[in-house]
Amino acid sequence: MIYSRRDLLNSFAYGVGGMALSDLLHGAAPNPLAPRKPHFAPKAKSVIFMFMEGGPSQMDLFDPKPALQKHNGKPLPAEFTKDLKLAFTKPNAAALASPRIFQPCGKSGIVISDYLPGLREVADELCVVRSMHTDAVNHHPGQLLLFTGSIQFGRPTAGAWVTYGLGSESQNLPGFVALSSGAGTSGGASNFMSGFLPSTYQGTIFRNSGDPILYLSNPEGVSKATQRTSLDAIKELNEEHLRKSADPEIAARIQSYELAFRMQMSAPELLDFSNESQETLEMYGIGKEPTHQFGTNALLARRLVERGVRFVLMMDASWDTHTNLNKKLKEKCDATDKGSSALIKDLKRRGLLDETLVVWGGEFGRTPICEIRNTADPDNAGRDHHPTGYSMWLAGGGVKGGQTIGETDELGFTITRDKVHVHDLQATMLHCLGLDHLKLTYRHMGRDYRLTDLAGNVVTKILA
Amino acid sequence: MQTNGLRVDIGAALIQGGYSGPAVVPGKPGESKLLHRLKSTEKAEMMPPMGARLSPADIDVITKWIADGAKVPAASAAGPARRETSHWSFQPVKRPATPAGVNPIDFFITERLKKEGLTPSPEANRVTLARRVKLDLLGLAPTPAEVAAFVNDKSPNAYERMVDRYLDSPHYGERWARPWLDLARYADSDGYEKDNVRPYAWRYRQWVIDALNADMPFDRFTIAQVAGDLLPAATVEDRVATGFHRNVLTNREAGVDRAEARYEQLINRTNTLGTTWLGLTVGCAQCHDHKYDPFSQREFYQLYAFFNEADDVDIDAPMEGERGPYLKALPAYRRDREKLLAEYKIPALQARWEEKMRAAYANPGKDAEFDFWITSMSAMVDHAMRMLHKKPEERTQREIDTLADYFISNPGPENGRDKELTARLKELKTKITDLKKTVPFLTQAYTIGEHPSHPKTHITIRGDYRSLGIEVQPGTPAVMPPMERKEGEPVRVAFARWLVAPNNPLTPRVTVNRAWQELFGRGLVRTSEDFGVSGEKPSHPELLDWLASEFVAQGWSQKKLHKTIMMSATYRQASAFRPDAAEKDADNTLLARQSRLRLPAELIRDTALQVAGILDPEVGGKSVMPFLPKGVGELAYGGSKWKETTGQEAYRRGLYIHYQRTTPYPLLVNFDAPDSNVACSRRRPSNTPLQALNLLNDPVFLEAANAFALRAMETQSAAGPRIDAMFQQALGRQPSDTERQTLARYVDAQSNVLKAEGRNGDQLTQGAWSGVARVLFNLDEFINRE
Repeated sequence: MIYSRRDLLNSFAYGVGGMALSDLLHGAAPNPLAPRKPHFAPKAKSVIFMFMEGGPSQMDLFDPKPALQKHNGKPLPAEFTKDLKLAFTKPNAAALASPRIFQPCGKSGIVISDYLPGLREVADELCVVRSMHTDAVNHHPGQLLLFTGSIQFGRPTAGAWVTYGLGSESQNLPGFVALSSGAGTSGGASNFMSGFLPSTYQGTIFRNSGDPILYLSNPEGVSKATQRTSLDAIKELNEEHLRKSADPEIAARIQSYELAFRMQMSAPELLDFSNESQETLEMYGIGKEPTHQFGTNALLARRLVERGVRFVLMMDASWDTHTNLNKKLKEKCDATDKGSSALIKDLKRRGLLDETLVVWGGEFGRTPICEIRNTADPDNAGRDHHPTGYSMWLAGGGVKGGQTIGETDELGFTITRDKVHVHDLQATMLHCLGLDHLKLTYRHMGRDYRLTDLAGNVVTKILA
Repeated sequence: MQTNGLRVDIGAALIQGGYSGPAVVPGKPGESKLLHRLKSTEKAEMMPPMGARLSPADIDVITKWIADGAKVPAASAAGPARRETSHWSFQPVKRPATPAGVNPIDFFITERLKKEGLTPSPEANRVTLARRVKLDLLGLAPTPAEVAAFVNDKSPNAYERMVDRYLDSPHYGERWARPWLDLARYADSDGYEKDNVRPYAWRYRQWVIDALNADMPFDRFTIAQVAGDLLPAATVEDRVATGFHRNVLTNREAGVDRAEARYEQLINRTNTLGTTWLGLTVGCAQCHDHKYDPFSQREFYQLYAFFNEADDVDIDAPMEGERGPYLKALPAYRRDREKLLAEYKIPALQARWEEKMRAAYANPGKDAEFDFWITSMSAMVDHAMRMLHKKPEERTQREIDTLADYFISNPGPENGRDKELTARLKELKTKITDLKKTVPFLTQAYTIGEHPSHPKTHITIRGDYRSLGIEVQPGTPAVMPPMERKEGEPVRVAFARWLVAPNNPLTPRVTVNRAWQELFGRGLVRTSEDFGVSGEKPSHPELLDWLASEFVAQGWSQKKLHKTIMMSATYRQASAFRPDAAEKDADNTLLARQSRLRLPAELIRDTALQVAGILDPEVGGKSVMPFLPKGVGELAYGGSKWKETTGQEAYRRGLYIHYQRTTPYPLLVNFDAPDSNVACSRRRPSNTPLQALNLLNDPVFLEAANAFALRAMETQSAAGPRIDAMFQQALGRQPSDTERQTLARYVDAQSNVLKAEGRNGDQLTQGAWSGVARVLFNLDEFINRE
């Protein structure tokens, strides 16, 4: 049973009659982020979701389609394209073969593209799913579906659901943190909002410039000492008011201020990489271009889960390669491959990989056929959005690494084995955390809602 | 349970079929979907979906029955025509009798409390009341003079006169517009990936503020927003009111299927209407018959049909004084514009481009480059294809200008490759932009109007816009009183009148409940968005009905409604926590006391700016973009759209802060403002460390604190009185001795710290007193109304 904030407050309010102020302040005060027991024994304690916004090209990275070579530059037989629903391209567009070189990697022999040399080194940790599918063909709806389980607005995101279900292990940091690199994402804030869940569960965005958390630093001219003096006075006066009106919300407010102060104090330590070895920094590509930004976020993600943060969403934009595929995809891979593979290695050697679920992927994949927006420049070719068969990978807590699941047809249009819908991915993620996606519900507008909407099956093949 | 319109227990209904068409074709077993479903082994199709399948023998019997003409015995041919329900909210509003000489609200509340052995709390003290009433009616804090005036007013109707005075203030419309705009999912941008700014969205907000200030009766308020465009002799203001529906999100992501995007918008409009007026979650019936509430998927699409027959129309909606100068400047603008277009040979170039665009539209897949531009233009320009296919002589001036402006900025692939032409078009674009600047500003508005092609409405099967079921006509749910359409009346007008018809039980109940919610923190029906079967029951059903009937009897006046509630002793009670009552009524549902309410996001900033003396009190007008830390706006696709407002306007009320859907202003997000994507009938106040950081460290609150301190230092030279004055300005009341001492000690401690940090003189004094202001702004009491 998971308690809502209202329940917690109610149970608290019941007891208030006979309570002394000290109890009010320090004893039973409700904390909606207090750690909560999962439904069953979990494999993973936290999640790092590397969201590759825009839709990475699966047949250039994880799902080679050599058969495209013989059709390259020519329209494909209608049997492959008859049900296609595409954003820009028409079904009669020419096939686009991939020039990438694939090879089996590690002991497991998972096939990975030459654009991802780092991931090749950690292949045995990865569970590559080649049979992902989604219902949306456009970015924002696709991102809503991936993160909230519905293309309609207003639902909580996966990170909010998980934080609502499990609370947070961290006393000094938010339970759900969002990091961003590259350009802005189509979904913007809707990828980490709490929807109809209390806003306590929404993701806190760590910013790339200025304060990591908005308004974390004291404003100009306010020193640490003056801030503390002010906080003491605020606390005293709030306590005085609590004594008179006994409203439990005042006790919660006092706690929020204390947590805010602890956040202010602990964030510099979190962001201070000086105790990381030179080798670690190099492994993540920190301090070098083009890997610095993503690498920094990847290391930050590790440090966040180390400190008990429940859900870290790393958003990297944009993988939306409608044009200039070969060049743009290389740029994205060059910027992120080092960081994402370093994160796996680093988690592993610290013994954290077993308790951290790592997910990598976009809101959909890309078409086997070619999108040309400028006929005068053949190198301009790109790929359109492709929802009916694309790849993602998972690693870490609860996941059986070193395997490839699912299969698409020889040209990569549709799935021929082990379909995994976005809702199935969500159910599986929750399962790894010890949460039953059917039981993690919240009543809203007279209905019990869940992340997986009305669908979702745990994909047992993914599990360790 | 039947969820897709098909009934198999009534013979005629079985032949007629469900939403995807007839289930049985008499004489033709092969074409009968019923048989197909019975035989299928596909999980999504087979019937029954679980449990034992029909035996082959059974199927043979049915096959033969269909082949023989599917004759139905007369007894089972007809079924019940009208839905009946015993659910409370659909029953007529009955005005209960109340004893003479007792305030009816207090009567119902007290009667209910008696049952629990509870008594109401005493009246709050006058200082608290002064702050409560002003915050509730205007969203502003009372000045010490206002508090004193009320405290010292010994006349018996002092309280009533205070309420009346605030009801007459133009800030009333600002305070009460906010909850309505939450329902209207008001925002200043399109939403979705592109999230383009809507420069004239505020014009609708302006209408709401004006309507509330004028106390426009709620029935008229409703009719204007639902069908103002179709009223006889509709004014510009009537049309502007329909902007309610234009607040819906628009997905301009280039690859989006326009039909799908429109479908999503109409679904959103139907749901929003259901929540706002009927308090019903009709949205569940988008995909199937409603599981709990007595209406069907067919009825959902009948509501949807009212909006499907409407079209988006942008109009000139000048504010006072704009039209004259605009019209004066127009002829010269038109003349110069035509001259420029001719000089750059636009008519010929554009005609050729249009030809190509139309050809690409007619033959998709032939020309990949033009295909892209068709997709792109359709997303960026409303009604693009409709305009492009109109004969030039049939186009309106607005359409002619829109097309030409679009062409000049997006001349297509071939022209785009002509470097010289591209440069010339760029030059022309600058000239036209400059020319436009010579025409005085004329405010526009986003409204709805009749759709030129009267699209038909079909049920969509399982909510998939591509899979169309049977056709339906606009109509209202059968469980409600029927809609009466006058001779020759547009159907949407009849619908709007139906929403506020005297026998509609939902609209008045839902509306008074929300007013109650604003004034007590929770509605008599807690689920103010859901009066259906799965919503909560009213805590005081008779009171709800009394209020609903009183509201209608008072001519749907919202101001009178607010006054009626605020005059009650129930409203005026103290809000102090009562352990005795909490034991029996933890949520304070029974109202043995008032509630302490956390101020909405906007009002936290408003009151801080107001107390500091730097609030810009101007009512109405455009949205503003106050300072936003770098990196916030950049998080969304396409980068920041925030162009910081400078000067006094940056300190306008929070209601006017530009709402960019993908990157909302942080204060609004932190303090629980809705995301403005769907109708929100109640905000859920939370209590988080981010709120603490926001209040402590957001520069706007430091600015306010500095201004507040300076103001206090100018008017009070001695420390003791200064503390008292600041405390009173911020919280309305005098500090207790303990509080005074705490703050005095704080001033000393802070001065010592500042001294140790090397500050002295004015800097030190200001720092310490600005600290006092910050402390006050951060008190729980400051951001609550008690």
